[in-house]
Amino acid sequence: MSKAKRIYMDHTAGRPVDPRVIEAMLPYMKSLYGNPSSVHSFGQEARQAMEEARTKVAELINAESKESIIFTSGATESNNMAIKGVAHRNRDRGTHIITSSIEHMSVLNPCKFLMKRGFKVTFLPVDQYGFVDLKRLEEELNNETILVSITYANGEIGTVQPIKEISQIVHSKNAYLHVDATAANGQVSIDVKNEGIDLLTISSNDMYGPKGAGGLYIKKGTRIEPIIHGGGQERGLRSGTENLPSIVGLGKAAEIAKKEMPIERKRLKKLRDKLIKGLLDPIPYSFLNGHLTKRLPNNVAVRYSFIEGESILLSLDMMGVAASSGSACTAKTLEPSHVLRAIGLKHEEAHGSLLFTLGKQNTEEEVDYVISIMPDIVKRLRAMSPLTPKELKE
Amino acid sequence: MYSEKVMEHFRNPRNMGEIPDADGIGTVGNPVCGDMMTIYIKVKDNRLIDIKFKTFGCGAAIATSSMITELAKGKTLEEAMKINRGDVADALDGLPTVKMHCSNLAADGLRVAIEDYYRKQKADKEMKK
Repeated sequence: MSKAKRIYMDHTAGRPVDPRVIEAMLPYMKSLYGNPSSVHSFGQEARQAMEEARTKVAELINAESKESIIFTSGATESNNMAIKGVAHRNRDRGTHIITSSIEHMSVLNPCKFLMKRGFKVTFLPVDQYGFVDLKRLEEELNNETILVSITYANGEIGTVQPIKEISQIVHSKNAYLHVDATAANGQVSIDVKNEGIDLLTISSNDMYGPKGAGGLYIKKGTRIEPIIHGGGQERGLRSGTENLPSIVGLGKAAEIAKKEMPIERKRLKKLRDKLIKGLLDPIPYSFLNGHLTKRLPNNVAVRYSFIEGESILLSLDMMGVAASSGSACTAKTLEPSHVLRAIGLKHEEAHGSLLFTLGKQNTEEEVDYVISIMPDIVKRLRAMSPLTPKELKE
Repeated sequence: MYSEKVMEHFRNPRNMGEIPDADGIGTVGNPVCGDMMTIYIKVKDNRLIDIKFKTFGCGAAIATSSMITELAKGKTLEEAMKINRGDVADALDGLPTVKMHCSNLAADGLRVAIEDYYRKQKADKEMKK
């Protein structure tokens, strides 16, 4: 493979938009530009397209009706709305919230914000694989608990949580369960009814839809209030003229995901397992982050001792391969990821971590190429490192 | 994110390795912080005749280590002591702001290595007394 061909394996940070999604969106920027709230035919065409998109998103997660889907500007807004909206609306019932220590910043920071407003928040520990401690969840739940927010699957280490079990525990105490499915939607089949989910965050770009769109599933009867006030769109829960082209794109992305997920999931799992094996087996002092099987089909998170993640990334980039050292959001702080710290990795172990997230356009040939270049990259950096033990030196 | 010069030094680091019979050794940083480097120096007639480095860290940490060896080689100890973090960053056409603090350790490493050399010299003299 020539160096000129670039290989993209950073799909958790950003994905291309499916060409079929772009096709579906275009008319809503060119000729179908009406406002869904208008009475005239332009408005009604827009309204119809929006409601069709809502139906497709509802079908993807087996929601009871399309009315339970609220469109937002993306997963961060959906998480904010679920947490702050439920907290404020249910303050009369209690002020205790439970979440986990490996949530995305758009869950952790709204929780921390609420702590400053008088709420109590419990951050549940996780085990070495990133599974939430269910016994602790049971112990921490009390009559004051109004909301539990747990991610469906973690984007950084891929661990998929036992949501159904979590839901049974949460509902035994009459709290609401919010699930952030940003990294999971479009990759694994989610059934909000069967799994007992009250609120579910949906991301558009994570299933090849446009950025800047997302959704929040809100089970009928859930007490929640808006965080954005205005003209009363989205049943009063999310004001602001709807971003119709992106909503139509999200709908199309959900439709495609539902149809193609079973086959794509199988294909990705095969590539994932080959990449994991190929990155670990030939290289000593290499480890997998997360669980071997209970992980997202596209997630390959590894770490190498004695070297640092960014220097591995730069080396890969020099060979045309784009990966990530973990969460793109924490790259700004230089602090090792809170997720990797929460699964018990020491700072220096977390610093040596590397994340490949696969997508539709990745091929087996690309996986083979990455596997073929990694041993030399690790060897070169280990030769430079003062931490490398003598036995690894030639 | 990085200048072409930083990338060039990352790709082709100068003077990487150890000096087995070094006259001074300086280790700074900490693997916990994600950056750690060891500078080895060889001194003759008050001049740095050889200098090598070993570094664990990000691209900036490796490039600054490489750059300090180029800046310091051939200099007198007094001149070398004066090289500071800013000089290293400037020579690399700048570093991203977040990297200026943690990863720009090379000048400190060199200073610690020279201090180590002075300490050893002093100890030697006292032994001879």
